[in-house]
Amino acid sequence: MPEPVVPPPLAPTVAGAPPGTAPAAPAARPMIDLDHLSVVYRTRASERFVAVADVSLQVREGEFCVIVGPSGCGKSTLLKVLAGLVRADGGRASIRGEAVGAPRDDIGFVFQSATLLPWMTILDNVLLPLKVQRRPDRAAWAERAMALLRTVGLADFARSYPSELSGGMQQRVGMARALVHDPSLLLMDEPFGALDALTRETMNDELQRLWLSRPKTVLFVTHSISEAVFLADRIVVMSARPGRIVADIPVDLPRPRDVATLDSGRFGEYSRQVRTHLYAQETPR
Amino acid sequence: MNRDRLLRIGGPILLFVLLITAWETGVRVFQIQQMILPRPMQVVDALVAGFANGTFQKHLAVTGKEVLFGYLLGVTLGIAFGAAIALSRTTEVLLYPYLLALQTMPKIALAPLMMIWVGFGIESKILITMIVAIFPVLVNVIVGLRSVEPDRIALIRSLKGGTWPEFVWVRLPSAAPYIFAGMKTAVVLSLLGAIAAEFVGAEAGLGYLMSQLMFRLDTPGVFAILVLLGAIGVLLFLFADWLHRKIVFWDASANERWGK
Repeated sequence: MPEPVVPPPLAPTVAGAPPGTAPAAPAARPMIDLDHLSVVYRTRASERFVAVADVSLQVREGEFCVIVGPSGCGKSTLLKVLAGLVRADGGRASIRGEAVGAPRDDIGFVFQSATLLPWMTILDNVLLPLKVQRRPDRAAWAERAMALLRTVGLADFARSYPSELSGGMQQRVGMARALVHDPSLLLMDEPFGALDALTRETMNDELQRLWLSRPKTVLFVTHSISEAVFLADRIVVMSARPGRIVADIPVDLPRPRDVATLDSGRFGEYSRQVRTHLYAQETPR
Repeated sequence: MNRDRLLRIGGPILLFVLLITAWETGVRVFQIQQMILPRPMQVVDALVAGFANGTFQKHLAVTGKEVLFGYLLGVTLGIAFGAAIALSRTTEVLLYPYLLALQTMPKIALAPLMMIWVGFGIESKILITMIVAIFPVLVNVIVGLRSVEPDRIALIRSLKGGTWPEFVWVRLPSAAPYIFAGMKTAVVLSLLGAIAAEFVGAEAGLGYLMSQLMFRLDTPGVFAILVLLGAIGVLLFLFADWLHRKIVFWDASANERWGK
């Protein structure tokens, strides 16, 4: 299968363009643009703690970008800022050039726990984004949801309730739900963190298949190094307290990646590289 | 497994038979006056007689109406006020101190006032029952609507859903187990409210009938009504509990208690 993501070919003109003459090149505009972003939380004792400190990051349209970092490095906060759930205290976050100040209707969010609503069937759970956003063409909704459920292998469970599904199955429903309104950006907050290692590998594979069949910009947060290398076009490593970016590593492994990829030397090389950056931050303290 | 079931059903029945026998023999052996403590069979006789001549049905209908309307009004208002307080900071600040004061005061004490305002008919009883039923529902609605898993709220917000979608899709269903717990408490209190209000002053109803029988020193009749009230209370509770399990089917706590 050919790699679906092709970098924009017009790169040369951007950097060297003489001032004043260059017309804006919209195709080169990044999907996500974080510009010196900081987020500060205030605790109950009115102490301030800096969750995200001066983070700048651009993510291309269609790119699968994975953020790796220790717990408490503010990586989830970045996602919440982009989802419009948390306000930035400094800097700017924009999606397709529009500043993010409130939630948008073209974002799919996958939570760490599947967060399915237990009183709805699996099908109704997947339909939720369409209902909340009152999307038109109601007649076609169910077919779209069913198509997604088929893709994640859960069509037979459409009429079941979440409590009847295993953790991995629930999270696959969570992914289907995040995709049903065809968002342009998928934000995934440690979606497989609560699953056992085997299920996790299956889910990674599943997510890759899903992404190859419906290319979208993905920002994926994890603290698993192998998960990051397996999934990413590019890995951004963050440090803890305050959260800032310490490394930005493009991952050039052919897709689709599979079990053989996990055992390859280059996979190990990338893992080592990420690990080095992760542990490098621990020594100064 | 089967032995456990036998014990669970047979045990209480056996105890019941033992207690009734002890009661019957006790009254006979110590020659207690019927006015003080009638024999179980005399209570049964009074119960049968009460239904045979139609008095129980008549008064039961009145009390039933009071409980039904008072309860439904109380639950509706409890949910409405609870939602208003849980969802709006302004209403909370305005109303909460008063609700707290009302909550801690014995609501039955309002009965005389209600009689003065709306008379001795069924209306004052409905009002009292309503006031008694409001609070357990109200308190539970507030707690329920506020203790929603934060991720569920984040889910709706991340989809650009506003306050209304958040309420219908997440808050209300999340609060349902709490609301039903409040409704179960309220159903029992409703009966209490109606009977106590009838004691204060009424023209009909089981509480009214009971005070009449008491003045006539018809102790078997009083016991008969007690049995009747106990049966109604249990039936109402079982109905509310059944409704709870039917509607809030995903709530594990609803089923646990019955060992299912």
